[in-house]
Amino acid sequence: MAKLTLPANSRISSSGKTYPAPAGAKRTRTFKIYRWSPDDGQNPRFDRYTIDLDDCGPMVLDALIKIKGEVDPTLTFRRSCREGICGSCAMNIDGSNTLACTMAIEDIRGEVTITPLPHMEVVKDLVPDMTHFYAQYASIKPWLQTSTPAPNMKERLQAPEDRAKLDGLYECILCACCSTSCPSYWWNGDRFLGPAILLQAYRWLADSRDEATGERLDALEDPFRLYRCHTIMNCATVCPKGLNPAKAIAEIKKMMLERA
Amino acid sequence: MATQFRSASGLKRVRGLGSAHAGAHHWWVQRLTAAGNLLLGAWFVASLIFLPDLGRTTVLQWLAAPVNAIPMLLFVLSTVWHMRLGVQVMVEDYVAAPSSRRLLLLLLDVYAVAVAAISLFAILKIALGVTNG
Ligand code: SF4
Ligand code: SF4
Ligand code: FES
Repeated sequence: MAKLTLPANSRISSSGKTYPAPAGAKRTRTFKIYRWSPDDGQNPRFDRYTIDLDDCGPMVLDALIKIKGEVDPTLTFRRSCREGICGSCAMNIDGSNTLACTMAIEDIRGEVTITPLPHMEVVKDLVPDMTHFYAQYASIKPWLQTSTPAPNMKERLQAPEDRAKLDGLYECILCACCSTSCPSYWWNGDRFLGPAILLQAYRWLADSRDEATGERLDALEDPFRLYRCHTIMNCATVCPKGLNPAKAIAEIKKMMLERA
Repeated sequence: MATQFRSASGLKRVRGLGSAHAGAHHWWVQRLTAAGNLLLGAWFVASLIFLPDLGRTTVLQWLAAPVNAIPMLLFVLSTVWHMRLGVQVMVEDYVAAPSSRRLLLLLLDVYAVAVAAISLFAILKIALGVTNG
């Protein structure tokens, strides 16, 4: 059955530490952050850090960097671009999956609760294990597949209207916010490819230059890989880039029907 | 899960036993039968409302007429088929162990066939007028 309770080792213990605001801080905010380390044999816990917002950048990632730099260097998270383009700072903030670097602190009311992306194995603190997600991405062969050689060893041209068909798809940064918000992915993520990977799969199905459409559809036509999507729409709600993976999935289902 | 990652490459795990090359038909028939349920369900409810009364004789007479018996047969087929497909999706969603999944799907088939057979037999019996019981 779908697991509705956490295994004993995953339950949150009440031993979290509290780091108070620095003296004299006027505008403060408390960040309640999930902590777990594979090295100490302890259950996960929530640590509470209160920081001075007048001495911190505006985004949640700014606060995390400040905490790591000035309060607790053991806090572990991924980040790189700090401008919503690398996808590495995806986490669950205040109950929704999003990018820490594009989520403004002032848009959250009260204590800011931060946990890793849901239903992923945790490597440490806010760092989830993305191995399976990336392997799923590799499985859809995310590259241009052609049999026709490129014209005169030049690039393959694409009409502007064909290029426009990739809008809303190519922008995906593979942050996994959508997949890890999808209940179908939680229960059957071992076989269901999930919204992010299916959106990427459609990106290649929709590419006027790709010649492997049939093979791609063959590989996707499966009750688990594709048809676990029940149009719950969590994916479209959370995507920090404003994309709609559910729509891309519906397009794939339409293509399946067209050739049925 | 972590140990499984070590014993097989991520890609091997994802590829698994390969694509089943099925699902499109299931998905389409589920939508088709949903539409059927809606139409025939509306017809059924409306028909009952327009009957002068819901007494045994009136309803039996109504059902015995071919114009009613035939849609009624279709209504049973559509709902049972839809139920069969829908419950299958639920089982696949929530029952992870392959053996229990198989067993439940088997029981589901038995149940669906039984419900359909009994209902169809009852309607036919009434429609064909063999009322010796
Ligand atoms: S579709 Fe959106 S939420 Fe999903 S991986 Fe791509 S950018 Fe992230
Ligand atoms: S629409 Fe499909 S992929 Fe998106 S959250 Fe729902 S079930 Fe998951
Ligand atoms: S740090 Fe790159 S998306 Fe947030």
